[in-house]
Amino acid sequence: MRYARQILTVAFKDLRSELRTKEAVNASVSFSLVILILFSFAFDPSAESTREFSGGLLWIVFAFAGALILNRSFARELQNDCLDALLASPVPASALFLGKSVANLLLLLAVELVGLPVFLVFYNARIVGSFWTLFGVMALATWGLTVVGTMFSALTVNLRLRELMLPMLVYPLMIPCLMAAIQLTTVLLGEPSLDAGQMVWLRFLVGFDVIFTALAVALVDTVLVG
Amino acid sequence: MNAVAAARIWKFYGDYPALREISFEVAEGRCLALLGRNGAGKTTMLRILAGLSRASKGQVTLFGKDAAAAESRSRIGILGHGIAVYDELSALENLQLFARLYGLPRPAETALAWLEKTGLERVKNGLVREFSRGMRQRLAVARAFLHNPSVLLLDEPFTALDDRAIAVLQGLLVEARDSGRTIIMSTHQLREALELATDVALINRGRLAYCGERTGEMLADPTWLYRNYGEA
Repeated sequence: MRYARQILTVAFKDLRSELRTKEAVNASVSFSLVILILFSFAFDPSAESTREFSGGLLWIVFAFAGALILNRSFARELQNDCLDALLASPVPASALFLGKSVANLLLLLAVELVGLPVFLVFYNARIVGSFWTLFGVMALATWGLTVVGTMFSALTVNLRLRELMLPMLVYPLMIPCLMAAIQLTTVLLGEPSLDAGQMVWLRFLVGFDVIFTALAVALVDTVLVG
Repeated sequence: MNAVAAARIWKFYGDYPALREISFEVAEGRCLALLGRNGAGKTTMLRILAGLSRASKGQVTLFGKDAAAAESRSRIGILGHGIAVYDELSALENLQLFARLYGLPRPAETALAWLEKTGLERVKNGLVREFSRGMRQRLAVARAFLHNPSVLLLDEPFTALDDRAIAVLQGLLVEARDSGRTIIMSTHQLREALELATDVALINRGRLAYCGERTGEMLADPTWLYRNYGEA
Protein backbone atom coordinates (compact mmCIF):
# COMPACT_ATOMS: atom_id res chain seq x y z
CA MET A 1 0.00 0.00 0.00
CA ARG A 2 2.83 2.39 0.94
CA TYR A 3 4.64 1.42 -2.27
CA ALA A 4 1.56 2.29 -4.35
CA ARG A 5 1.25 5.63 -2.52
CA GLN A 6 4.88 6.43 -3.29
CA ILE A 7 4.33 5.64 -6.99
CA LEU A 8 1.25 7.87 -7.10
CA THR A 9 3.05 10.71 -5.24
CA VAL A 10 5.87 10.71 -7.81
CA ALA A 11 3.42 10.42 -10.74
CA PHE A 12 1.25 13.24 -9.41
CA LYS A 13 4.30 15.45 -8.88
CA ASP A 14 5.49 14.88 -12.46
CA LEU A 15 2.03 15.52 -13.92
CA ARG A 16 1.61 18.69 -11.88
CA SER A 17 5.05 19.97 -12.92
CA GLU A 18 4.40 19.22 -16.58
CA LEU A 19 0.92 20.71 -16.59
CA ARG A 20 2.30 23.92 -15.03
CA THR A 21 5.04 24.36 -17.64
CA LYS A 22 3.55 22.34 -20.53
CA GLU A 23 7.07 22.22 -22.00
CA ALA A 24 7.07 18.62 -23.21
CA VAL A 25 3.33 18.22 -23.88
CA ASN A 26 3.09 21.33 -26.08
CA ALA A 27 6.13 20.25 -28.10
CA SER A 28 4.86 16.69 -28.41
CA VAL A 29 1.30 17.61 -29.46
CA SER A 30 2.54 20.22 -31.94
CA PHE A 31 5.03 17.78 -33.42
CA SER A 32 2.50 14.99 -33.88
CA LEU A 33 -0.09 17.31 -35.43
CA VAL A 34 2.39 18.89 -37.84
CA ILE A 35 3.70 15.51 -39.01
CA LEU A 36 0.20 14.04 -39.42
CA ILE A 37 -0.97 17.05 -41.41
CA LEU A 38 2.17 17.22 -43.57
CA PHE A 39 1.92 13.53 -44.43
CA SER A 40 -1.74 13.97 -45.37
CA PHE A 41 -0.54 16.32 -48.14
CA ALA A 42 2.20 13.91 -49.21
CA PHE A 43 -0.09 10.89 -49.66
CA ASP A 44 -3.33 10.45 -51.51
CA PRO A 45 -5.54 9.30 -48.66
CA SER A 46 -7.88 7.02 -50.60
CA ALA A 47 -9.64 4.52 -48.36
CA GLU A 48 -7.57 1.44 -49.32
CA SER A 49 -4.11 2.97 -49.13
CA THR A 50 -4.98 4.66 -45.83
CA ARG A 51 -5.87 1.30 -44.31
CA GLU A 52 -2.53 -0.16 -45.36
CA PHE A 53 -0.26 2.46 -43.84
CA SER A 54 -2.51 3.83 -41.08
CA GLY A 55 -1.04 1.83 -38.17
CA GLY A 56 2.54 2.43 -39.27
CA LEU A 57 2.10 6.17 -39.71
CA LEU A 58 0.29 6.61 -36.42
CA TRP A 59 2.82 4.70 -34.34
CA ILE A 60 5.86 6.29 -35.97
CA VAL A 61 4.39 9.70 -35.15
CA PHE A 62 3.53 8.60 -31.59
CA ALA A 63 7.01 7.13 -31.04
CA PHE A 64 8.78 10.31 -32.19
CA ALA A 65 6.39 12.60 -30.32
CA GLY A 66 6.78 10.39 -27.25
CA ALA A 67 10.56 10.83 -27.22
CA LEU A 68 10.02 14.54 -26.51
CA ILE A 69 8.08 13.67 -23.35
CA LEU A 70 10.35 10.81 -22.28
CA ASN A 71 13.46 12.96 -22.66
CA ARG A 72 12.16 15.40 -20.05
CA SER A 73 11.25 12.69 -17.56
CA PHE A 74 14.52 12.48 -15.61
CA ALA A 75 16.08 15.64 -17.09
CA ARG A 76 13.45 17.58 -15.12
CA GLU A 77 15.09 16.29 -11.92
CA LEU A 78 18.49 17.79 -12.76
CA GLN A 79 17.28 21.31 -12.06
CA ASN A 80 18.34 22.24 -8.49
CA ASP A 81 19.69 18.67 -7.96
CA CYS A 82 16.20 17.37 -7.22
CA LEU A 83 17.20 13.85 -8.25
CA ASP A 84 19.55 13.68 -5.24
CA ALA A 85 16.73 14.60 -2.88
CA LEU A 86 14.49 11.93 -4.41
CA LEU A 87 17.20 9.26 -4.23
CA ALA A 88 18.10 10.21 -0.65
CA SER A 89 14.47 9.76 0.41
CA PRO A 90 13.28 6.31 1.52
CA VAL A 91 11.35 5.86 -1.74
CA PRO A 92 12.73 2.80 -3.59
CA ALA A 93 14.23 3.56 -6.99
CA SER A 94 11.68 1.19 -8.54
CA ALA A 95 8.78 3.23 -7.09
CA LEU A 96 10.38 6.39 -8.42
CA PHE A 97 10.72 4.75 -11.84
CA LEU A 98 7.16 3.41 -11.88
CA GLY A 99 5.78 6.78 -10.76
CA LYS A 100 7.55 8.49 -13.61
CA SER A 101 6.40 5.80 -16.04
CA VAL A 102 2.75 6.24 -14.98
CA ALA A 103 3.01 10.03 -15.49
CA ASN A 104 4.65 9.51 -18.90
CA LEU A 105 1.98 6.97 -19.88
CA LEU A 106 -0.81 9.44 -19.13
CA LEU A 107 0.92 12.29 -20.96
CA LEU A 108 1.64 10.12 -24.00
CA LEU A 109 -1.92 8.77 -24.09
CA ALA A 110 -3.19 12.35 -23.99
CA VAL A 111 -0.99 13.22 -26.99
CA GLU A 112 -2.24 10.11 -28.82
CA LEU A 113 -5.88 10.94 -28.08
CA VAL A 114 -5.34 14.37 -29.65
CA GLY A 115 -3.50 12.91 -32.65
CA LEU A 116 -5.95 10.07 -33.38
CA PRO A 117 -9.00 12.19 -34.36
CA VAL A 118 -6.77 14.45 -36.45
CA PHE A 119 -5.51 11.37 -38.26
CA LEU A 120 -9.07 10.09 -38.82
CA VAL A 121 -10.17 13.42 -40.29
CA PHE A 122 -7.15 14.13 -42.50
CA TYR A 123 -6.82 10.56 -43.81
CA ASN A 124 -10.50 9.97 -44.32
CA ALA A 125 -10.30 6.92 -42.03
CA ARG A 126 -12.58 5.50 -39.36
CA ILE A 127 -12.31 2.98 -36.56
CA VAL A 128 -14.14 -0.09 -37.89
CA GLY A 129 -13.44 -2.18 -34.76
CA SER A 130 -14.30 -1.19 -31.21
CA PHE A 131 -12.78 2.09 -30.00
CA TRP A 132 -12.13 0.55 -26.59
CA THR A 133 -10.21 -2.37 -28.13
CA LEU A 134 -8.10 0.15 -30.03
CA PHE A 135 -7.64 2.18 -26.84
CA GLY A 136 -6.55 -0.99 -25.03
CA VAL A 137 -3.94 -1.66 -27.73
CA MET A 138 -2.79 1.97 -27.54
CA ALA A 139 -2.48 1.74 -23.75
CA LEU A 140 -0.51 -1.53 -23.89
CA ALA A 141 1.84 -0.31 -26.62
CA THR A 142 2.28 3.08 -24.96
CA TRP A 143 3.20 1.38 -21.66
CA GLY A 144 5.86 -0.61 -23.54
CA LEU A 145 7.29 2.54 -25.14
CA THR A 146 7.08 4.39 -21.83
CA VAL A 147 8.87 1.74 -19.78
CA VAL A 148 11.77 1.49 -22.23
CA GLY A 149 11.91 5.26 -22.73
CA THR A 150 11.76 6.13 -19.03
CA MET A 151 14.50 3.62 -18.24
CA PHE A 152 16.78 5.10 -20.89
CA SER A 153 15.84 8.60 -19.77
CA ALA A 154 17.34 7.62 -16.39
CA LEU A 155 20.37 6.11 -18.08
CA THR A 156 21.09 9.16 -20.25
CA VAL A 157 20.14 11.83 -17.71
CA ASN A 158 23.73 12.94 -17.12
CA LEU A 159 24.79 12.91 -20.79
CA ARG A 160 25.24 16.22 -22.54
CA LEU A 161 23.75 14.87 -25.79
CA ARG A 162 20.85 13.10 -24.10
CA GLU A 163 18.28 14.54 -26.55
CA LEU A 164 20.14 12.75 -29.32
CA MET A 165 21.20 9.66 -27.38
CA LEU A 166 17.77 8.74 -26.03
CA PRO A 167 16.08 8.17 -29.43
CA MET A 168 19.18 6.38 -30.77
CA LEU A 169 19.18 3.97 -27.86
CA VAL A 170 15.46 3.36 -27.42
CA TYR A 171 14.11 3.03 -30.95
CA PRO A 172 15.89 -0.27 -31.70
CA LEU A 173 14.53 -1.69 -28.45
CA MET A 174 11.04 -0.40 -29.22
CA ILE A 175 10.85 -2.17 -32.60
CA PRO A 176 9.07 -5.35 -31.33
CA CYS A 177 6.51 -3.25 -29.43
CA LEU A 178 5.99 -0.96 -32.43
CA MET A 179 5.57 -3.93 -34.81
CA ALA A 180 2.79 -5.39 -32.64
CA ALA A 181 1.12 -2.01 -32.18
CA ILE A 182 1.25 -1.29 -35.94
CA GLN A 183 -0.24 -4.68 -36.85
CA LEU A 184 -3.06 -4.44 -34.32
CA THR A 185 -3.90 -0.78 -35.07
CA THR A 186 -4.00 -1.42 -38.83
CA VAL A 187 -6.43 -4.29 -38.28
CA LEU A 188 -8.68 -2.36 -35.89
CA LEU A 189 -8.92 0.57 -38.32
CA GLY A 190 -10.14 -1.74 -41.09
CA GLU A 191 -11.85 -4.75 -39.52
CA PRO A 192 -14.50 -5.16 -36.82
CA SER A 193 -12.46 -7.36 -34.48
CA LEU A 194 -9.20 -9.25 -33.99
CA ASP A 195 -9.10 -12.85 -35.21
CA ALA A 196 -7.11 -15.67 -33.62
CA GLY A 197 -4.02 -14.99 -35.74
CA GLN A 198 -3.94 -11.35 -34.69
CA MET A 199 -4.33 -12.28 -31.03
CA VAL A 200 -0.73 -13.52 -31.20
CA TRP A 201 0.35 -9.88 -31.61
CA LEU A 202 -1.71 -8.91 -28.60
CA ARG A 203 -0.06 -11.60 -26.48
CA PHE A 204 3.30 -10.48 -27.87
CA LEU A 205 2.55 -6.92 -26.73
CA VAL A 206 1.57 -8.06 -23.23
CA GLY A 207 4.74 -10.19 -23.05
CA PHE A 208 6.89 -7.22 -24.10
CA ASP A 209 5.32 -5.05 -21.41
CA VAL A 210 5.76 -7.65 -18.67
CA ILE A 211 9.38 -8.47 -19.56
CA PHE A 212 10.58 -4.90 -19.96
CA THR A 213 8.71 -3.68 -16.85
CA ALA A 214 10.30 -6.47 -14.77
CA LEU A 215 13.77 -5.77 -16.22
CA ALA A 216 13.49 -2.03 -15.65
CA VAL A 217 12.25 -2.41 -12.07
CA ALA A 218 15.10 -4.82 -11.32
CA LEU A 219 17.82 -2.63 -12.87
CA VAL A 220 16.77 0.93 -12.15
CA ASP A 221 18.50 1.13 -8.75
CA THR A 222 21.82 0.24 -10.39
CA VAL A 223 21.19 2.76 -13.16
CA LEU A 224 20.35 5.64 -10.82
CA VAL A 225 22.77 5.08 -7.93
CA GLY A 226 25.52 3.33 -9.87
CA MET B 1 26.14 3.94 20.03
CA ASN B 2 27.67 4.89 16.69
CA ALA B 3 25.22 6.79 14.53
CA VAL B 4 27.45 6.60 11.44
CA ALA B 5 30.33 4.23 10.75
CA ALA B 6 32.42 4.20 7.59
CA ALA B 7 34.74 1.20 7.28
CA ARG B 8 37.64 1.13 4.79
CA ILE B 9 35.86 3.16 2.10
CA TRP B 10 37.39 3.30 -1.35
CA LYS B 11 35.83 5.12 -4.28
CA PHE B 12 37.24 4.92 -7.80
CA TYR B 13 36.30 7.13 -10.75
CA GLY B 14 37.75 5.01 -13.51
CA ASP B 15 41.26 4.25 -12.26
CA TYR B 16 41.45 7.35 -10.08
CA PRO B 17 40.92 6.70 -6.37
CA ALA B 18 38.85 9.62 -5.05
CA LEU B 19 38.71 8.04 -1.58
CA ARG B 20 41.41 5.74 -0.19
CA GLU B 21 40.53 3.45 2.69
CA ILE B 22 38.67 5.99 4.80
CA SER B 23 37.37 4.80 8.16
CA PHE B 24 35.69 6.82 10.90
CA GLU B 25 32.86 6.58 13.36
CA VAL B 26 30.54 9.29 14.61
CA ALA B 27 28.73 8.66 17.88
CA GLU B 28 25.08 9.61 18.29
CA GLY B 29 24.64 13.28 19.16
CA ARG B 30 28.11 14.32 17.93
CA CYS B 31 28.86 16.87 15.23
CA LEU B 32 31.67 16.06 12.81
CA ALA B 33 33.25 18.77 10.67
CA LEU B 34 34.59 17.17 7.50
CA LEU B 35 37.41 19.40 6.29
CA GLY B 36 39.70 19.38 3.28
CA ARG B 37 40.78 21.35 0.24
CA ASN B 38 38.69 21.46 -2.95
CA GLY B 39 38.74 18.03 -4.59
CA ALA B 40 39.87 16.27 -1.42
CA GLY B 41 36.86 13.92 -1.51
CA LYS B 42 34.49 15.50 1.04
CA THR B 43 31.46 15.60 -1.26
CA THR B 44 32.15 12.07 -2.52
CA MET B 45 32.26 10.87 1.10
CA LEU B 46 29.01 12.63 1.96
CA ARG B 47 27.30 11.21 -1.14
CA ILE B 48 28.32 7.71 -0.10
CA LEU B 49 27.06 8.32 3.45
CA ALA B 50 23.72 9.51 2.01
CA GLY B 51 23.37 6.47 -0.26
CA LEU B 52 23.58 8.63 -3.40
CA SER B 53 26.73 6.87 -4.57
CA ARG B 54 28.11 3.41 -3.89
CA ALA B 55 31.54 2.87 -2.38
CA SER B 56 33.83 0.81 -4.64
CA LYS B 57 35.03 -1.00 -1.50
CA GLY B 58 34.10 -0.80 2.15
CA GLN B 59 30.86 -0.35 4.03
CA VAL B 60 28.84 2.45 5.55
CA THR B 61 26.38 1.77 8.34
CA LEU B 62 23.84 4.01 10.02
CA PHE B 63 22.87 2.91 13.52
CA GLY B 64 24.31 -0.50 12.64
CA LYS B 65 22.33 -0.93 9.40
CA ASP B 66 23.35 -0.54 5.77
CA ALA B 67 23.24 3.18 4.92
CA ALA B 68 21.60 2.48 1.55
CA ALA B 69 18.59 0.71 3.10
CA ALA B 70 15.28 2.58 2.99
CA GLU B 71 15.06 2.56 6.79
CA SER B 72 18.45 4.27 7.05
CA ARG B 73 17.63 6.78 4.32
CA SER B 74 14.48 7.84 6.19
CA ARG B 75 16.73 8.88 9.13
CA ILE B 76 18.99 11.12 7.00
CA GLY B 77 18.46 14.76 6.17
CA ILE B 78 20.68 16.04 3.38
CA LEU B 79 21.49 19.56 2.31
CA GLY B 80 23.76 19.53 -0.72
CA HIS B 81 25.01 22.06 -3.24
CA GLY B 82 21.64 22.31 -5.02
CA ILE B 83 18.49 23.43 -3.21
CA ALA B 84 16.65 20.26 -4.34
CA VAL B 85 13.21 21.81 -4.55
CA TYR B 86 11.04 22.13 -7.66
CA ASP B 87 10.78 25.55 -9.30
CA GLU B 88 7.36 24.87 -10.82
CA LEU B 89 5.76 23.83 -7.52
CA SER B 90 4.79 26.14 -4.68
CA ALA B 91 6.68 26.17 -1.37
CA LEU B 92 3.83 24.28 0.30
CA GLU B 93 3.56 21.73 -2.52
CA ASN B 94 7.32 21.09 -2.36
CA LEU B 95 7.31 20.40 1.37
CA GLN B 96 4.12 18.33 1.15
CA LEU B 97 5.72 16.27 -1.61
CA PHE B 98 8.77 15.45 0.51
CA ALA B 99 6.61 14.86 3.60
CA ARG B 100 4.65 12.26 1.60
CA LEU B 101 7.82 10.67 0.22
CA TYR B 102 9.10 10.29 3.80
CA GLY B 103 5.75 8.80 4.84
CA LEU B 104 5.02 11.50 7.46
CA PRO B 105 1.53 11.13 8.97
CA ARG B 106 0.25 14.71 8.45
CA PRO B 107 2.07 16.15 5.40
CA ALA B 108 0.12 19.43 5.18
CA GLU B 109 0.46 20.32 8.88
CA THR B 110 4.16 19.41 8.93
CA ALA B 111 4.82 21.44 5.78
CA LEU B 112 3.01 24.47 7.18
CA ALA B 113 4.88 24.23 10.48
CA TRP B 114 8.23 24.26 8.66
CA LEU B 115 7.20 27.13 6.41
CA GLU B 116 6.41 29.10 9.55
CA LYS B 117 9.71 28.11 11.17
CA THR B 118 11.69 29.32 8.16
CA GLY B 119 9.66 32.51 7.70
CA LEU B 120 8.01 31.45 4.43
CA GLU B 121 4.41 31.04 5.57
CA ARG B 122 3.30 34.23 3.80
CA VAL B 123 4.51 32.95 0.44
CA LYS B 124 3.43 29.33 0.95
CA ASN B 125 1.40 29.28 -2.29
CA GLY B 126 3.98 31.15 -4.36
CA LEU B 127 5.87 29.19 -7.01
CA VAL B 128 9.53 28.60 -6.10
CA ARG B 129 10.67 30.01 -9.48
CA GLU B 130 9.34 33.39 -8.31
CA PHE B 131 11.30 33.27 -5.03
CA SER B 132 14.46 35.22 -4.24
CA ARG B 133 17.66 33.24 -3.72
CA GLY B 134 17.45 33.60 0.05
CA MET B 135 13.85 32.33 0.16
CA ARG B 136 14.77 29.33 -1.99
CA GLN B 137 17.64 28.52 0.36
CA ARG B 138 15.40 28.70 3.42
CA LEU B 139 12.96 26.37 1.69
CA ALA B 140 15.83 23.96 1.03
CA VAL B 141 16.71 24.04 4.73
CA ALA B 142 13.08 23.29 5.61
CA ARG B 143 13.09 20.39 3.14
CA ALA B 144 16.21 18.89 4.73
CA PHE B 145 14.86 19.14 8.32
CA LEU B 146 11.20 18.34 7.51
CA HIS B 147 11.19 14.68 8.58
CA ASN B 148 13.08 15.23 11.83
CA PRO B 149 16.18 13.28 10.71
CA SER B 150 18.49 11.60 13.24
CA VAL B 151 21.52 12.27 11.03
CA LEU B 152 22.13 15.50 9.13
CA LEU B 153 24.54 15.48 6.18
CA LEU B 154 25.43 18.98 5.09
CA ASP B 155 27.67 19.74 2.13
CA GLU B 156 29.02 23.31 2.34
CA PRO B 157 25.83 24.38 4.14
CA PHE B 158 26.74 28.05 4.57
CA THR B 159 28.08 28.64 1.05
CA ALA B 160 26.03 31.20 -0.92
CA LEU B 161 23.46 31.62 1.85
CA ASP B 162 22.19 35.11 2.62
CA ASP B 163 22.30 36.48 6.18
CA ARG B 164 18.78 35.42 7.05
CA ALA B 165 19.25 31.89 5.71
CA ILE B 166 22.54 31.59 7.64
CA ALA B 167 20.74 32.66 10.83
CA VAL B 168 17.93 30.15 10.22
CA LEU B 169 20.38 27.34 9.50
CA GLN B 170 22.66 28.11 12.44
CA GLY B 171 19.67 28.17 14.79
CA LEU B 172 18.43 24.83 13.47
CA LEU B 173 21.88 23.23 13.69
CA VAL B 174 22.39 24.33 17.30
CA GLU B 175 18.89 23.04 18.11
CA ALA B 176 19.67 19.75 16.33
CA ARG B 177 22.99 19.34 18.14
CA ASP B 178 21.43 20.14 21.53
CA SER B 179 18.61 17.67 20.93
CA GLY B 180 21.10 14.86 20.36
CA ARG B 181 21.04 14.57 16.58
CA THR B 182 24.16 13.63 14.69
CA ILE B 183 25.60 16.14 12.23
CA ILE B 184 28.26 15.64 9.58
CA MET B 185 29.13 18.68 7.55
CA SER B 186 31.76 19.49 5.00
CA THR B 187 32.81 23.09 4.86
CA HIS B 188 35.52 25.61 4.07
CA GLN B 189 34.23 28.03 6.69
CA LEU B 190 36.54 26.79 9.43
CA ARG B 191 35.59 29.12 12.26
CA GLU B 192 31.81 28.49 12.00
CA ALA B 193 32.35 24.75 11.58
CA LEU B 194 34.77 24.41 14.48
CA GLU B 195 32.50 26.38 16.81
CA LEU B 196 29.68 23.93 16.15
CA ALA B 197 31.70 20.70 15.83
CA THR B 198 32.57 18.24 18.56
CA ASP B 199 34.81 16.20 16.23
CA VAL B 200 36.93 16.95 13.19
CA ALA B 201 38.05 14.86 10.21
CA LEU B 202 40.53 16.15 7.64
CA ILE B 203 40.70 14.55 4.19
CA ASN B 204 43.79 15.06 2.02
CA ARG B 205 43.65 13.81 -1.57
CA GLY B 206 41.21 11.06 -0.64
CA ARG B 207 43.04 9.94 2.51
CA LEU B 208 41.97 10.57 6.08
CA ALA B 209 44.76 12.72 7.51
CA TYR B 210 43.20 13.40 10.90
CA CYS B 211 40.13 12.24 12.79
CA GLY B 212 39.47 13.10 16.41
CA GLU B 213 37.89 15.45 18.87
CA ARG B 214 37.97 19.16 18.24
CA THR B 215 40.58 20.68 20.51
CA GLY B 216 41.10 24.09 22.01
CA GLU B 217 44.05 24.64 19.67
CA MET B 218 41.80 24.25 16.64
CA LEU B 219 39.28 26.69 18.02
CA ALA B 220 41.96 29.24 18.90
CA ASP B 221 43.57 28.95 15.48
CA PRO B 222 41.36 27.43 12.75
CA THR B 223 44.37 26.94 10.46
CA TRP B 224 46.19 24.81 13.07
CA LEU B 225 44.78 21.58 11.67
CA TYR B 226 45.86 22.34 8.09
CA ARG B 227 49.33 23.41 9.25
CA ASN B 228 49.88 20.21 11.23
CA TYR B 229 48.02 17.59 9.18
CA GLY B 230 47.38 19.22 5.80
CA GLU B 231 49.32 18.96 2.58
CA ALA B 232 52.76 20.45 2.51
